[in-house]
Amino acid sequence: METLKKKRTGPVIFSEYKRGDAIKKALSMTREDILFELKDSKLKGRGGAGFPTSTKWMLTAAAKSDEKFLVCNADEGEPGTFKDRVLLMEYPELVFDGMVVGGYTIGAKKGIVYLRGEYEYLLKPLEDYLEVMRKDNLLGKNILGKKDFIFDIEVFLGSGAYVCGEETALIESLEGHRGEPRNRPPYPINTGYLGRPTSVNNVETLAAVSHIVVKGGGWFAKFGTDKSTGSKLFSVSGDCERPGVYELPWGIKISELLDIVGANNAKAVQIGGASGHCVPKSQFNRTMAYEDVATGGSVMVFNESRNMLHVLKNFMEFFVDESCGQCTPCRMGNVKLLEGVEMIEKGEYTFAHINKLKDLGRTMQLASKCGLGQSSPNPFISILENFNDEIFNAGDGGRNGK
Amino acid sequence: MFVAEKNALSEEIESYINKYGNDRSSLLMILHEIQKKHRHISEFAQQEVARLLNIHPVEVYSVISFFAFLNSNPKGRNLVRICQTVSCDMKGKSGLVKAIERELGIEIGGTTKDNKFTVEYANCLGLCDMGPAMAINDQVFLQLTPEKAVELLGKVK
Repeated sequence: METLKKKRTGPVIFSEYKRGDAIKKALSMTREDILFELKDSKLKGRGGAGFPTSTKWMLTAAAKSDEKFLVCNADEGEPGTFKDRVLLMEYPELVFDGMVVGGYTIGAKKGIVYLRGEYEYLLKPLEDYLEVMRKDNLLGKNILGKKDFIFDIEVFLGSGAYVCGEETALIESLEGHRGEPRNRPPYPINTGYLGRPTSVNNVETLAAVSHIVVKGGGWFAKFGTDKSTGSKLFSVSGDCERPGVYELPWGIKISELLDIVGANNAKAVQIGGASGHCVPKSQFNRTMAYEDVATGGSVMVFNESRNMLHVLKNFMEFFVDESCGQCTPCRMGNVKLLEGVEMIEKGEYTFAHINKLKDLGRTMQLASKCGLGQSSPNPFISILENFNDEIFNAGDGGRNGK
Repeated sequence: MFVAEKNALSEEIESYINKYGNDRSSLLMILHEIQKKHRHISEFAQQEVARLLNIHPVEVYSVISFFAFLNSNPKGRNLVRICQTVSCDMKGKSGLVKAIERELGIEIGGTTKDNKFTVEYANCLGLCDMGPAMAINDQVFLQLTPEKAVELLGKVK
């Protein structure tokens, strides 16, 4: 693969960092101190759900067990997201140092990187990098002379299943089962990999931890908004002049982001990937933050020429493909929603039926077992409602331009 | 399958077990290795893996059937996967697909008669900023045009 390594700049993640710094600093601190720093930073999980990292680690650290695990979730399957690929390719030191810090904090001896099968080409460079870390005593036994601190990392390759980004499905697949989500509770912090307490963290979260340990929780909390501290990596794709990964502080307006990436003719932005929300032009003054438009970082820009029904169809086909089929609302619901989109495409629909399908979507949001089925109706509902005029009232009896 | 082939495959699988351990949690890595080498996981291979891990063969099959990158039926010697998700779609995925279909004389999802290529759709390859993207085996290619995609296929042995 061609490596297009660019010099990246950003306030937090892409700020200066020297390999091993976080580990050095962390090993001179007590576990409690690290947890307090994280608490001060108010860091939330960067995978999309936004669970406070300090709470997750505190609970895992408090769980009693002879063995614990730290899993780095590098199964970024959400359409439009590629920030983890960039982090692992260009900044592995941030991610792995964050994992060692996490292992020290929660008392785990083993870290596992769950790398998605699509990124198989990263496997070799990552394993080589880990080998160098072992040589430099940043992994293994008595790390940097810290007595009795043992931690090692291995990379596990996924096999092309979107649902394995869900933490319990990820654990199932690590254990050698079908990647079907488990019922929660019990949460992985108590009953995770091999029934042991396990903390599953996103790649970007771990990268942020490395900076927080070195520079302090207060420093991190200065960026962003009150509830959404720090910065976020946004993966921008679609109709813009400069697609790519951008690090921007939380609380930035959608319109500001569009200016930065050079999207002049945008009519809609899909935020949070296929399972996110479609924001029309009239709402471009909304902000990206956990308190307004929360996101795992995927930003897809659509310009005036795009047919939103076609976009919606692509999303629904994706979910029909990727539903694990375990629970009925998701397995059947997505198929029904896709059928609805095809009916609209052909012009053979009734509004009564479409409204029923929106109800079905809301049922799926409540009744599905995991995040996939709970969020897959989002684009269906948000695109049909926000682009009502384009799809149903285009002046030709609602035949969507046909 | 000849006895010699079977024995060779058994030995190969045993070597994977030695490498990854005989716990159930090594199953996916073992299946990966078999898939990579043989481009499919045959019924016999499934039985051997099950025997060595001390689980039922149907457990192995159920895992294979779950994951998109594992398959129990043979495919072509080279696997071409074209990203079909929105960003690549907008950058001209369908042009790519049509050109490849014309050039190889097959429809997407099919295998060429000489067994050289199987062409499939893939869901998001995570290369959305450099679409349209296509993977040939474990290599990925970016910012393709229909012409460039066909040219790449020509270079594959």
